[in-house]
Amino acid sequence: MSPVYIARTSEVAARLLGREMMIMSARDSTLFSLNETATAIWQAADGVTPLAEIVRQHVCVNFEVDPAAALRDAEELVEGLAKHGILKLSDQPIMEAK
Amino acid sequence: MSGLVQEMSDKAQRLGIPLAVQLDLTYRCNERCVHCYLDHDDHGEMNTSEVKDLLDQMAAAGVFFLTLSGGEIMMRRDFFEIVEHARRLSFCVKLKTNAVMVHPREADRLQALALDSVQISVYSHRDEVHDAITKLPGSLKRTIAAVRLLVERGVKVVFANVLMRENFQDYPGVQALAAEVGAEFTIDPTITPMMDGDRSILNLNIERAQLQQVFRDASILGTSPEEFCAPPAGPPTADDAQKMLPCSAGHTFCYVSPYGDVYPCVQFPLPTGNVRTSRFLDIWKHSPQMTEVRSITLSDLPVCSTCSHGGGSCTRCPGLAYMEGNMRGPSSQDCEKSFVRTGVETAGMSIRREARSIDGLVQIRIAASPESRTEFLQTCL
Repeated sequence: MSPVYIARTSEVAARLLGREMMIMSARDSTLFSLNETATAIWQAADGVTPLAEIVRQHVCVNFEVDPAAALRDAEELVEGLAKHGILKLSDQPIMEAK
Repeated sequence: MSGLVQEMSDKAQRLGIPLAVQLDLTYRCNERCVHCYLDHDDHGEMNTSEVKDLLDQMAAAGVFFLTLSGGEIMMRRDFFEIVEHARRLSFCVKLKTNAVMVHPREADRLQALALDSVQISVYSHRDEVHDAITKLPGSLKRTIAAVRLLVERGVKVVFANVLMRENFQDYPGVQALAAEVGAEFTIDPTITPMMDGDRSILNLNIERAQLQQVFRDASILGTSPEEFCAPPAGPPTADDAQKMLPCSAGHTFCYVSPYGDVYPCVQFPLPTGNVRTSRFLDIWKHSPQMTEVRSITLSDLPVCSTCSHGGGSCTRCPGLAYMEGNMRGPSSQDCEKSFVRTGVETAGMSIRREARSIDGLVQIRIAASPESRTEFLQTCL
């Protein structure tokens, strides 16, 4: 299975409020609130670190969850965010995000 | 306010975070609107690096919603540099402009910035009325041409239609124009005093009958007139009054002038500090004035806490009350709105009437908080 790379799009506004990330899509003014785990993934979405590695480094270590289950949840999350246009997904590193 | 925005606002308030800021980049303007509350001379605006440093500080403080306004923001040569910096810091940016300096090149750049929205002042659908208010010949044509450029590029445009006696009859025309060009439409029926306290422009305010017409126009209200104009629910309970805050000013919102002065709100000219001499977050957290504003709940308002409108049909602005002389007093403009909306007199109105009837003498007739009542009566007289 090829790795998944994720990058934040520039089409959003985002700010950490407490431990949760608020994200506003400029496309349709939809507001999202990411929980602590999703926030960790969002912040690590640099376009070059594979999602599995992000989950290992930022989710499994900090939240003591099963790695396989965490990766499945993370894949579902990033697909959802990509559908709303606030995250880019690719099977190749996304260099412009760097 | 949507559920999530309300939740976010509540959380920001609990955490002491200034969630939203309006930053005026300049008071200079290429229009001379008859109702404008600003002095358009430049008395020492923050330079580019000062503004960028302030934006860095605001991002670190947790500011999310950033409104850039003026004056006319595009009068600044570094306007795009500032907005681009703001977007790099991931602010949700809203611009307020008259848009007369927006041409295809500027529209392209604004589109690329992924803004939340651009609010544009439109006073009439007729050139002669709009241009007579802005004092800039050809301004409506230029503004609408810019609106079309922005909408074509997918930028969300909102018309702000300030109502005055001389353009009141045109608001349906402006509303229709907004629909035709693909813009949203908002209305503002309140002219506020000049920042220096001069109240002479208040005579531009629409008349009571005109305000009644606005408050009964379902196409503007977004709710049924019956619901909006329903009789007041009565004064809040003492427990509720202790929890009810006047508005977001100083709680989750503040205003910064082009000179770096920080105020609780654009309509609340109580100086709390200056970012040229103090850090933004220090002013927000520790300014005695900001702390005082933040400490006031409805129960601290001697007149308004007894008012039948206090439970929900009041839109009292503490800044307007401050400009009338007492930030804990009623705002006569908002009392008028509550009255026109429901037909029921406010506590502030009855006290004013009482004050007039005693013909210049100050009497204390009501036992609760006599000091404040006296102060208010003196203000009225």
